[in-house]
Amino acid sequence: MDIFFGQLFTGLSIASILLLVALGLAIIYGAMGVINLAHGEFVMLGAYGTWFLQSQFGLPLIPCLLLVFLMVAAAGWVVESTVVRFLYHRPLDTILATWGIGIMLQQAVRLSAGAELRYVQTPEFLSGSIDIAGVGIPSYRLFILALSAALLALTWFVIQRTEFGMKLRAVTQNREMASCYGIDSARIYSLTFAFGSGLAGLAGALVAPIKSVAPDMGTNFVVDAFMVVVVGGVGSLIGTVVSSGLLGSGTAGIAFLLNDTLAKALVFLAVVVLVRFRPQGLFVDQRRR
Amino acid sequence: MTFTRRNFLKSTAVAGVAGSVGFPHIWIKDSGAAWAANGEIKVGVLFSLTGTTAVVEKSMHNATMMAIDEINAAGGINGMKLTAIVEDPASDPATFADKANKLVLNDKCVSVFGSYTSASRKAVLPVFEKRKNLYWYPTLYEGRECSKNVMYTGAVPNQQQKEFIPWLVKNFGKKFYLIGSNYIYPKEENNVCKILLKELGGEVVGEEYVPLGHSEFGSVLNKFRETKPDVIFSTVVGDSVIALHKQYKAAGFSPDRMPMASLTTSEVEIAAMGGEYAAGHFTSAPYFMGHQSKENEVFVENYRKRFGKDSVTHFVSEAAYFQMHLFRKAVETIGKGDITPIAVRDATAGLEIMAPQGKVKVDGDNLHCYLWPKIGQAQTDGQFKVIQQSSDWVKPEPYWAYPGQSCTKDGLKGA
Repeated sequence: MDIFFGQLFTGLSIASILLLVALGLAIIYGAMGVINLAHGEFVMLGAYGTWFLQSQFGLPLIPCLLLVFLMVAAAGWVVESTVVRFLYHRPLDTILATWGIGIMLQQAVRLSAGAELRYVQTPEFLSGSIDIAGVGIPSYRLFILALSAALLALTWFVIQRTEFGMKLRAVTQNREMASCYGIDSARIYSLTFAFGSGLAGLAGALVAPIKSVAPDMGTNFVVDAFMVVVVGGVGSLIGTVVSSGLLGSGTAGIAFLLNDTLAKALVFLAVVVLVRFRPQGLFVDQRRR
Repeated sequence: MTFTRRNFLKSTAVAGVAGSVGFPHIWIKDSGAAWAANGEIKVGVLFSLTGTTAVVEKSMHNATMMAIDEINAAGGINGMKLTAIVEDPASDPATFADKANKLVLNDKCVSVFGSYTSASRKAVLPVFEKRKNLYWYPTLYEGRECSKNVMYTGAVPNQQQKEFIPWLVKNFGKKFYLIGSNYIYPKEENNVCKILLKELGGEVVGEEYVPLGHSEFGSVLNKFRETKPDVIFSTVVGDSVIALHKQYKAAGFSPDRMPMASLTTSEVEIAAMGGEYAAGHFTSAPYFMGHQSKENEVFVENYRKRFGKDSVTHFVSEAAYFQMHLFRKAVETIGKGDITPIAVRDATAGLEIMAPQGKVKVDGDNLHCYLWPKIGQAQTDGQFKVIQQSSDWVKPEPYWAYPGQSCTKDGLKGA
């Protein structure tokens, strides 16, 4: 029985990591319709930022989180204002451009920080495990679970209860009309892109202590994040949560019963079938276009 | 167009020019030109300096260049200096083949030293076999290869596991869980492990392969909890090594009761994950940086002096280093004779040299090396403590798991 609980928690843990990474993408794709293929590299930048702050300034993980969020958000701002801004009407070109930016970021990190795998330290008080129902649950994974729930709540609050969020929802519904009402849509878009990228960086910072920090770590993340967003439904926060839960638990369950390679393949297959029969995803944001 | 003599001559001329421009190797002679001339011997150095495997290959490149400089500082070989022609294949097997072609055909290198991954070695193999050149491959690999144009100075499965598996069974127990990355190297190593375990009465409680680069081991750890193995035989590579070790420790497992035994975790991976995650686990390899010998002390000291006091040496960079000195010794024995790749190969067969790991010998039949496998336990300071050293060098048998097949002087027999 305790194996079952252990596996249940593993599914939750995978789901929470998926949610962290996909949240930023969901906002950018949902609000702006921009397919940001450099999202994985922002995650990677967050991880490297944490390593940098830790190795140069000796900062423990928790203070790094806020700094990394700001740093990667700034990077996102730069990317948006120099490249993405000019491509809003051209989704195919955005794909190409952001893919190119992703490659450049990867190589820039490789040339400056070196291609070696880097090491980010887990904070002392989080490196043990807690006994729940007879199973040793790693404390750090509980921390990630808690933090992803907190970030989800924060994102929901920002979008639904702040003025910025209201403007964002207006611009998402109809950009031209919102501009007619005096909303600076360009600024909203920049801030949104920065916020989404900052979330990605935060995800990278949180994930770095349990995985490894390498220049090409972003590629896996961006694929998983897109799967979550597409399955959940574009523009729907609930959709993102539900789909990361489904995909996370599904992967964990199949991996336990069979193995990880098959789990990945079967989950992909399931996503393809779902998208074939319900291309808009699980939760549709009703909108008149 | 009517078939006149003029038209015929014209089209033949055009075809001839197009053919020789399109197939320039018609102009390049296969043999005959001297590889060593004007007092210099050209050697190719083919390790990735950029790309995914650059991390490890750079250290092999460094060790090779250090050996070349040592040889030149001592006056070269029979008065001739070594000229290193360095190429960067950027971790891409197709580029490896390209650069190998260039080194062999354009630069006329008498030997090329390179490769870490089996994929890159397989990609360059046709070049060396066709042009009858010589490739020196310093990395441990899965065996099952018998080329007469490659010198294999890394360990093969029978050398790494012959003493390791019995030691693990004796000290920890008979139940093994095999976890590896999903490609040929882990599968061949697990093959050998299963044969050894069967002989010892051991049991494989699980065998699993994860995608390359996979970093989520929650389900795998739960399976460890369920099947309760005595030893986890790990052949995951790259990023997966770090992720597995970190998540193993966070989940509360202990290397005292369920250690991870691997063939690939080296000082480099420990530096990337942090000593406290690696401590207590075991690796089998012919060489560890902490090995106590006069030759190793000198090797490590010189390496650190040149590449930084925090740099580490490990089994592949040590092999890259000693294979260059093997080359030197082989060319010395050729003396005034013609220095060709085949002559170098024949001179190296059977040769012995004192390497940092101990005295190594090249097997004349299969061109692999007699090595000294050691069992090391990782310590928190990032070094390995050598728990057991083999009492004698171990003969390389690349086809050990395939009885009836063997690699002889004339090639693969019994396939």
